[in-house]
Amino acid sequence: MSTTTLSHDEAHHHDAPKGWRRWLFSTNHKDIGTLYLLFALTMLFLGGASAMLIRMELFMPGIQLVDPDLYNNLVTNHALIMIFGAVMPAAAGLANWMIPMMIGAPDMALPRMNNLSFWILPAAATMLILSFVVPFFPGGGTQINTGWTLYPPLSVQVGMSMDFLIFAIHLLGISSVLASINIIVTLLNMRAPGMALMKMPMFCWTWLVTAFLLILVVPVLAGGVTMLLFDRHFGTSFFDAAGGGDPVLFQHLFWFFGHPEVYILLLPSIGVLSHVIPAFSRKPLFGYNSMVGSMLAVATIGMVVWAHHQYTIGMSMGAVTYFMIGTIIISIPVGLMIFNFIATMWRGSMTFETPMLFAIAIVLMFTFGGLSGVMLAVVPADMQYHDSMFVVAHFHYVLMPGAVFGLFAGVFYWLPKWTGHMYDERLGKIFFWTNVIGFNITFFPQHFLGLAGMPRRIIDYNVMFTEFNVISSVGAIIFGLSHLLLLYIVIKTIRGGKKAESRSWEGAKGLEWELDSPPAFHTWTVAPQVK
Amino acid sequence: MIDHHIKYQQSCPTPADSSEASTGYLSKGIGGLALSISGLLAASSVHAEYGINFPEPAAGVAREIYNIHMLTMQITTVLLIIVFAFVFYSIYFHRKSRGFEADQNFHKSWFGQWSWVIVPVMVLGVDLTIAGKADAVLKKVWEVPKDEKLLDVKVTGHQWWWEYDYIDSGVKVESRYIPEEESGDLYLREVDNRLVLPTHTKIRFLHTSADVLHAFWVPELAVKKDAIPGYITETWAELDREGVFRGQCAELCGTWHSRMPIVVEAVSPERFAAWTEEQKALKLAALAEASVDKQWSMDELMERGKTLYDSKCAACHQITGLGLPPAFPALKGSPMMAGPIADHLDIVINGKPGTAMQAWGTLNDLEIAALVTYERNAWDNNTGDVVQPADVKQAR
Ligand code: HEC
Ligand code: HEM
Ligand SMILES: [Cu+2]
Ligand SMILES: [Cu+2]
Repeated sequence: MSTTTLSHDEAHHHDAPKGWRRWLFSTNHKDIGTLYLLFALTMLFLGGASAMLIRMELFMPGIQLVDPDLYNNLVTNHALIMIFGAVMPAAAGLANWMIPMMIGAPDMALPRMNNLSFWILPAAATMLILSFVVPFFPGGGTQINTGWTLYPPLSVQVGMSMDFLIFAIHLLGISSVLASINIIVTLLNMRAPGMALMKMPMFCWTWLVTAFLLILVVPVLAGGVTMLLFDRHFGTSFFDAAGGGDPVLFQHLFWFFGHPEVYILLLPSIGVLSHVIPAFSRKPLFGYNSMVGSMLAVATIGMVVWAHHQYTIGMSMGAVTYFMIGTIIISIPVGLMIFNFIATMWRGSMTFETPMLFAIAIVLMFTFGGLSGVMLAVVPADMQYHDSMFVVAHFHYVLMPGAVFGLFAGVFYWLPKWTGHMYDERLGKIFFWTNVIGFNITFFPQHFLGLAGMPRRIIDYNVMFTEFNVISSVGAIIFGLSHLLLLYIVIKTIRGGKKAESRSWEGAKGLEWELDSPPAFHTWTVAPQVK
Repeated sequence: MIDHHIKYQQSCPTPADSSEASTGYLSKGIGGLALSISGLLAASSVHAEYGINFPEPAAGVAREIYNIHMLTMQITTVLLIIVFAFVFYSIYFHRKSRGFEADQNFHKSWFGQWSWVIVPVMVLGVDLTIAGKADAVLKKVWEVPKDEKLLDVKVTGHQWWWEYDYIDSGVKVESRYIPEEESGDLYLREVDNRLVLPTHTKIRFLHTSADVLHAFWVPELAVKKDAIPGYITETWAELDREGVFRGQCAELCGTWHSRMPIVVEAVSPERFAAWTEEQKALKLAALAEASVDKQWSMDELMERGKTLYDSKCAACHQITGLGLPPAFPALKGSPMMAGPIADHLDIVINGKPGTAMQAWGTLNDLEIAALVTYERNAWDNNTGDVVQPADVKQAR
C-alpha cells in the first residue's frame, strides 16, 4: 500500500492552486479542514475574550466594567461564539481532515459543497459580531440582553441587533446542515473496500451520529427563530399570550434543538478519545460494539428529554416525571462509554503524552459533570438548582472536558500528521496542567455559589458571594492566559520541529497513520483494501 | 430612605430578624459530609458568612428537597470516588515506565465479554434508586394540596420589582430593591417592602408576570417557579419557623435582573393577622386622601411625585431623568414634557404595548397626578404645569 508514489503521480496533473485562490476556491478536504480549524481557533479567542470580561466584572461585587445590558450581551455572545464558532467548526475541521484519511477515501464526497459550508461561516460570524456591535452606533437599538436562549418576550423587546443574530443563526444552521450531509454521504459511500460499518473507525461513527442529529434538530431552531422574527416585525404572535400565542412554545423549540446540541458538541470528542486512549494504552478500544450501541442510545434518548431545561415552567407532574426518568436513563449509555474508556486503559501499557493527559482529564472531569447532571435531572432538587450558578458550573464541566478538551486532545494527537512536525512535548504538558488546573479553579467554586443562592446571568451580587467569585475569576485568568501557550505551540509546530514519522505515535492504529506526515495533497487516490 | 412605601408597609420586626444574616446560610453539618470529600470544606469552615450548601430549610417541602439533594450528592460522590480510584490505580500500575505489558486479551475474559450487560445493569440499579426517591419526593412537593384552606398570594414579576397580592384580604405589596447606600451589606438581598407570610399555614403562590419572564426563588422555601406572562403557575409552602428568608429573581429579565431581590418575612399567624389589618387601614387612608376634593399645591405634588418616581420609574428613566437611551428614553427635555398633558397622562396610565413601558393605571389618581406633575417640572423641565387628581380621573 505505497501511498507516496501514488500521490506523487497525482500531483502532476492536479496542481494545488497557489495564493488566496488555494483557500477561497478550495475543494480539498485537508485545506478546508485547516480553514475550519483556524476559524475555530480565532473564535475560541473571541469567545474567550468575552468570557474574560464577564469574569472580570464578576470579580468583585458592584458594577465596575460594563453596564448591565452590555454584560448580558457579552454572556449571550460568549455562549454563541463558543458553541457555534469554536466547538462546532473545530469538530468539523477534524472531520474534514481525518474522515477521508481514516476511511481510505480520496476526499469528501461533495467537495464543492464542502467549500460552501466552510465559507458560509465567516459570513455568519460577521453577522454575529455585527449583532454585538450594532448597538454601539447611533440608532442601533438596544443590546441583546437575553442570553443565548433568546427567550421571548424579552427577545421581542430587543432592538435590531436581534435580527442580525437571527440571520446569523440561519447561516450557521445552513453551514452545519450542509457539512452534515457531506459527512453522511462520504461515510456511507466512500469507505475503502472491506471496511464494513462495524469496522469503521470510532471517530467516523461519532460523526455519523452527530451529523444525523444536526440534520434533525438544526431546522427546528431555525424555525423557532424565524417565528421570533415574525413576532418581532410582522405582527404575528406565536409567542405572545395576548395574541393567542405561547411564550413557552419557544422554549420547547429551543431546547428540542438545545439538548441534542450538547451531544453534538460532545460526540466528536468522544470519537477522538476512542483513538487517543487505545493509542497510548497500546491496546485496542475496549467494547467497540457497545460503544456504537451506547452512542446510538444516547442520541435517540437525547432527542426526547429536552424539557429537563424547563422544569420550572409549570408542567404537569406526569410530564416532569417522564422528562426526569428519560434524563436519568441517559446515564446508562454514557456510563458504559466511560466504563469502556477506563477498561481500555486497564491493563494497558500507558504513556502520558499531552493527548493522553487530556484524555484522562476528560474521563475524570466529564464524569464529574455527568454526575452533577444526574443531580440536576431530579425534578424536586432542580427546583433549587435551576438557573443558579450550579448550572453554570455543571455545563462548563461537561462542555469544557466533554467538548473542548477532546478537541485539544485531537489536535495534539494529529498535529504531527498534519504538519509533519512533532510539537514540543514539554510545552504541551505545561499547557495541559495550567489549562486543567485553571479550569477547575474557575468552575468548581461556582457549585457552591449556586447552592448558596446566587442566580446565574447577574452582573452584580451581594457581598456574601464574594469569596468564591474572587477564586473563580482568578482561575479564569490562569485558564484564559493558558490558551496563549496553545497558540504558541501550534504556530511553533507548524513552522518546524522534530520530523514526525508516518506513524507518529507508537501505539497509533488506523489508515491515517499509513500516510506520510504531512500527507500529500491528495491521498488514497487508490483505495486501500481493508482486511 | 424614607420611602413612601416603607411608611405604608411597616415590616414586622421579629426576633429572628437580626440573627438571620449570620446563621441563615449554613447547614454545614450535613452539607459538609459529602462536600468535604470534594476537598473544600477545610477552607470554607473558617468563614461563616457564606454558604457552600443550601440554607437551612424553613418549610416542609424544602426539607424534603434538601434531603434528596443530599442523597443524590452522596450517591454521586461515591460513584465519582469509584471512577477516580480505578483510573488512578490504572495509571499508577499499568504504565509503560513500570514495564507493564499491555494485556491484549483483556477484552476476551468473561468480564470483557459480559461487561456490556453488567455495567448497564449496575447503573440501572443506581438510576432506579435515585428515580424512586425522586418520584416519592416529587409527589409530596409538586402538587398543591387540595381540599384545604390555603392562603393565596399572587406573585407578579415586573421589570424590575415584585408585586404580591394577598387575594383573600385585598392587600397589595410592591417590593423593590434598596440602593447600596441604604442597604449596605444586604444590598441586592433586601427590599423596601417584604413579603410577610404566616407560619404553620399552607400558602399557595400563584405566579405570573406583567412583562417578560421572571422566576421567584427563595431557597429556604425551595420554591422556584417561572413567572410567565399569560400563564398562572402555582407552588406552595408551609413555613415551619419564623425568620427572614432571602432570594432573588432567577430568570433573566433584562437590564436590572440582578436587582430583583425577594425577602420573605415569616411571622406567627397572629402577627400576620394584625399586619393584614394594618395594611388594609393604610390602604383605605391613602385612598381617602386621594379622593378628597382638594386642590393640591405644586410643592405637595412635587414632593410626593419625587418619592414615587424614584422608587417606581427611576430603574428605567433614572433619578436624573436622563434615562438609558436607546433602551429607556430621557424624560429630561423630552418634547412630551412640554407637550399636551393629555398625551403624558395617556402613556403613564396606559403604557406603550410592545415596549418596557407598562401601564401604570393601577396607581391612584393622586399618585399619577403627582408623578406627572413631577416629571413636567423636575430636571429643569420647569413647565409650571400642575396636574390635579381630578384631571387624572377625567383622563382615565
Ligand atoms: C421597565 C422600564 C420602565 C419603567 C419602570 C418606566 N418606564 Fe416609562 N418608558 C419606558 C420605555 C421603554 C419608554 C419608551 C416607550 C416608547 O418606545 O415610546 C417609556 C416612555 C415613557 C414616557 C414617554 C417619554 C417620551 O418622551 O415619549 C413617559 C412620560 C414615561 N415613560 C413615564 C414613566 C413613569 C411616570 C414611570 C413610573 C411610574 C415610568 N415611565 C416607568 C420604560 C419604563
Ligand atoms: C475561557 C473559558 C470560559 C470561561 C471563563 C467561561 C465563563 C462563563 C461565564 C462567567 C458565563 C456566564 C455565567 C452566567 O450565566 O452568569 C458563561 C456562560 C456560558 N458559557 Fe462559558 N466560559 C468559558 C468557556 C466556554 C466554552 C468553551 C463553552 C462552550 C463549549 C461555554 C459555554 C457557555 C454557555 C452555553 C454559557 C451560558 C450562556 C448563557 O447563559 O446564555 N463557555 N461562561
Ligand atoms: Cu439538556
Ligand atoms: Cu430576573
